[in-house]
Amino acid sequence: MKLLKLVPDNTNIAFLKWRNIAVAISILMIIGSMALVAQRGLNFGVDFIGGQMIRTTFTQTTDAPISELREKVGELGYGDPTIQRFGQPNEVSIRMKLPDGADQDPELANTMADQITSMLRADYPDVRIDGVDSVSGKVSEELLSKGVWSLVGAMLAITLYIWIRFEWQFGAGALFALFHDVSLTFGFFALTQLEFNLNIVAALLTIIGYSLNDTIVVYDRIRENLKKYRKMDIIALLDLSVNETLARTVMTSLTMLVALVALIIWGPDVIFGFAAAMFLGVFIGTYSSVYMAAPILIWLKVGPDSFVPPETAGGKAEKLGGPEEVG
Amino acid sequence: MLDFPRWKVISISLLLAFGVLMSLPSLFFGESHKYWPTFLPDETINLGLDLSGGSHILLEANPTDVAETRLQTMEESVRAEMRRANPRINIGDISRKDGVLSFMVRDSTQVDAAREALLPLTTGAGLTGQRDWDIEVRDDTRFVVSPTSAGLDSAVDNAMDTATDVIRRRIDEMGTREPTIIRQGDTRIVVQVPGLEDPEALKELLGKTAKLEFKLVDFEADPNAVSAGRPPVGSQIFPYPDNPAGLPNIAVKRLGGISGDKLTDAGQGFDPETNAPVVNITFDTEGGAKFARLTQNNVGRPFAIILDGVVLSAPNINEPILGGSAQISGNFTVEGANQLSIALRSGALPVELQVVEERTVGPDLGADSIRKGMIAAIIGTAAVLAFMVVTYGRFGFYANFALALNLFLILGVMAIFNATLTLPGIAGFILTVGSAVDANVLINERIREERRRGRRVVQAVEVGYKEASRAIFDANITNVIAGLLLFIFGSGPVRGFAVVLIIGIITSVFTAVVVTRMLVALWLRRTRPQELVI
Repeated sequence: MKLLKLVPDNTNIAFLKWRNIAVAISILMIIGSMALVAQRGLNFGVDFIGGQMIRTTFTQTTDAPISELREKVGELGYGDPTIQRFGQPNEVSIRMKLPDGADQDPELANTMADQITSMLRADYPDVRIDGVDSVSGKVSEELLSKGVWSLVGAMLAITLYIWIRFEWQFGAGALFALFHDVSLTFGFFALTQLEFNLNIVAALLTIIGYSLNDTIVVYDRIRENLKKYRKMDIIALLDLSVNETLARTVMTSLTMLVALVALIIWGPDVIFGFAAAMFLGVFIGTYSSVYMAAPILIWLKVGPDSFVPPETAGGKAEKLGGPEEVG
Repeated sequence: MLDFPRWKVISISLLLAFGVLMSLPSLFFGESHKYWPTFLPDETINLGLDLSGGSHILLEANPTDVAETRLQTMEESVRAEMRRANPRINIGDISRKDGVLSFMVRDSTQVDAAREALLPLTTGAGLTGQRDWDIEVRDDTRFVVSPTSAGLDSAVDNAMDTATDVIRRRIDEMGTREPTIIRQGDTRIVVQVPGLEDPEALKELLGKTAKLEFKLVDFEADPNAVSAGRPPVGSQIFPYPDNPAGLPNIAVKRLGGISGDKLTDAGQGFDPETNAPVVNITFDTEGGAKFARLTQNNVGRPFAIILDGVVLSAPNINEPILGGSAQISGNFTVEGANQLSIALRSGALPVELQVVEERTVGPDLGADSIRKGMIAAIIGTAAVLAFMVVTYGRFGFYANFALALNLFLILGVMAIFNATLTLPGIAGFILTVGSAVDANVLINERIREERRRGRRVVQAVEVGYKEASRAIFDANITNVIAGLLLFIFGSGPVRGFAVVLIIGIITSVFTAVVVTRMLVALWLRRTRPQELVI
């Protein structure tokens, strides 16, 4: 049986030749993402800004009457709703800010939800109320700060771990790559205005985990090669390491993407944003391992002496028909 | 590599069999579960509310309420102690300003006696040996009784414990099945009720503190002052929405009433004359005696029935009520009277609770999510499995076998810990499928590489496993770190995701490295191939 080989043997692509351009583009993308977030803002769900979200399905209608709904809910006098489709065209979520004073008197929020649902039931007999989420300002502030802390905490803890297992340059490189991944994901959410909720924090942390996975595989090979080929030029050595792990990178990314495509197409609508973010994250994470995490090692002057060799200097430069050194 | 001792094979197989066995009850949810033999494990995974449908309600207490109630109780105890002292200690008005009690002892020779009488009212609080109240004497005769922070903390803690019990009793009375009621942090309680579609009745019930009081009406009060909300000395004003006299408020005597926490039973009934719904209550012995004394001494006068600070009705005491039972009338519906009797039966909440977060998922959406999640999981897994076999042949098949075992193991471990499967948790499953094969991809690619470098079959496999394990270990540790932070800071469904992720990482290292290694070793030993198709 002939097995599939996604990457031919002895592939030798000079990835690092493009490092300056790639890093420049990445920095532009990071700045662009920040500008997008600053300018358009994130479409925060009730988890993070408080308020009320009612999820409904119009069981007999193919298209939910969004503009009519907006008008009718607006007429109730609680301000303008944010109405969004999620998943199918007949499924919409109606988001409202909590009425003034609802933090003191939760009855106000109840009354608002009651009025909206009874209006829906009266005017649209085929409507099905799928869920009501109501989050007070106090709780949403806590959820937001917890979300921020979990992201910051994860990035720092992981950086620290890599510093301990490798060297400080590797920790710095991983942190920079993670910063790149997280920034771009934020930019994606500012651009698409997909709802940013608790699930997306989970997606961000998974992206961090995945991107790190990739970075570590490359770093592990760099460490191995640094000990093996002590005389090799650092750029050539990085290229060699990236190429040696390329088959694995492509294979793993593809399996992840296959699983995610299944989630996006057939999965529950509620986690569409989550799956979309992860899908993007696989690309960003793979890219950043090669073009963010690796070049930083050059600039931070990583060399064979970064790791004290386990055996006597000179090392055991075993070359069992290994690839030719490239300059 | 070929040396794989028999005891290792047996213990790995036993561990796998145990994990698969533990996962079985969860896969037979519902009806067939009944026919499950009793000697087999029956722990199952819980379904999160986002999958089963139901309501999640987060309640928060305001600690200043507890402080206020505590101060009032202390004031009454102080009065009682001063009156009971022999000789009686005369004191001036008790002020409750700034959260502390202060009062003058009229006769300066009684200061020491007063201090003696007050000391037993305080007890130790917490582990620091601090007392729950501080008693100070200022300017010779002025007593200041102030709550200590340790005392207040333990009071809030007790109040929350009681509140949790009361809520559990109330929800049980409603006949709801399998509610989860947990204290969270210092002042919060989480209530989760699966299958509950409309949480209005539940919220209504939880929102009532059900603090019932009987107080004498101050019928000498000036109606104009009462309407304006200015109480006469020694009285306080309560709103009275159904007042037949038409006034919005009513004045009652501050002291000398009794509280309704001494009940043994409450039930909905009908007034024999008007046929209006009422609540019948029965006092315990102590409460009955107090109620009898109150009604005996005040025949012909009205007393107010106050629920949560609002007067329900203010009937006249026509005759002493000695039997220990009474009837609460008010402008009730049958349902309202029923709810009130549930609330009274299960006791008053020691503190008012507010809903700060509510999430309700309809059963249709939950079922829909499970169905779609399953479809996505099956398609995603099948595609990944096919992909692995096409790429790595026999080694891909071993990886797939390990992956399938891994899915059972995750379910099994989750069942052992009674963990909760949520919608993001299903996504976590699918992601685990994607990333679990990464370990095998790393190993297999390394074996290919070592073969290219001219190593012999057994040696290539050995080096492949050894060299790849380092990166697998480091990569998975960082993933566990991310998962742990998600678990610590996450809430609800997101935590469910973190649980699947963490368990999945640990089990996948076991299946993808240890189990496949065993399979490969056994195969190599049996066939001793000279060539390797990988």
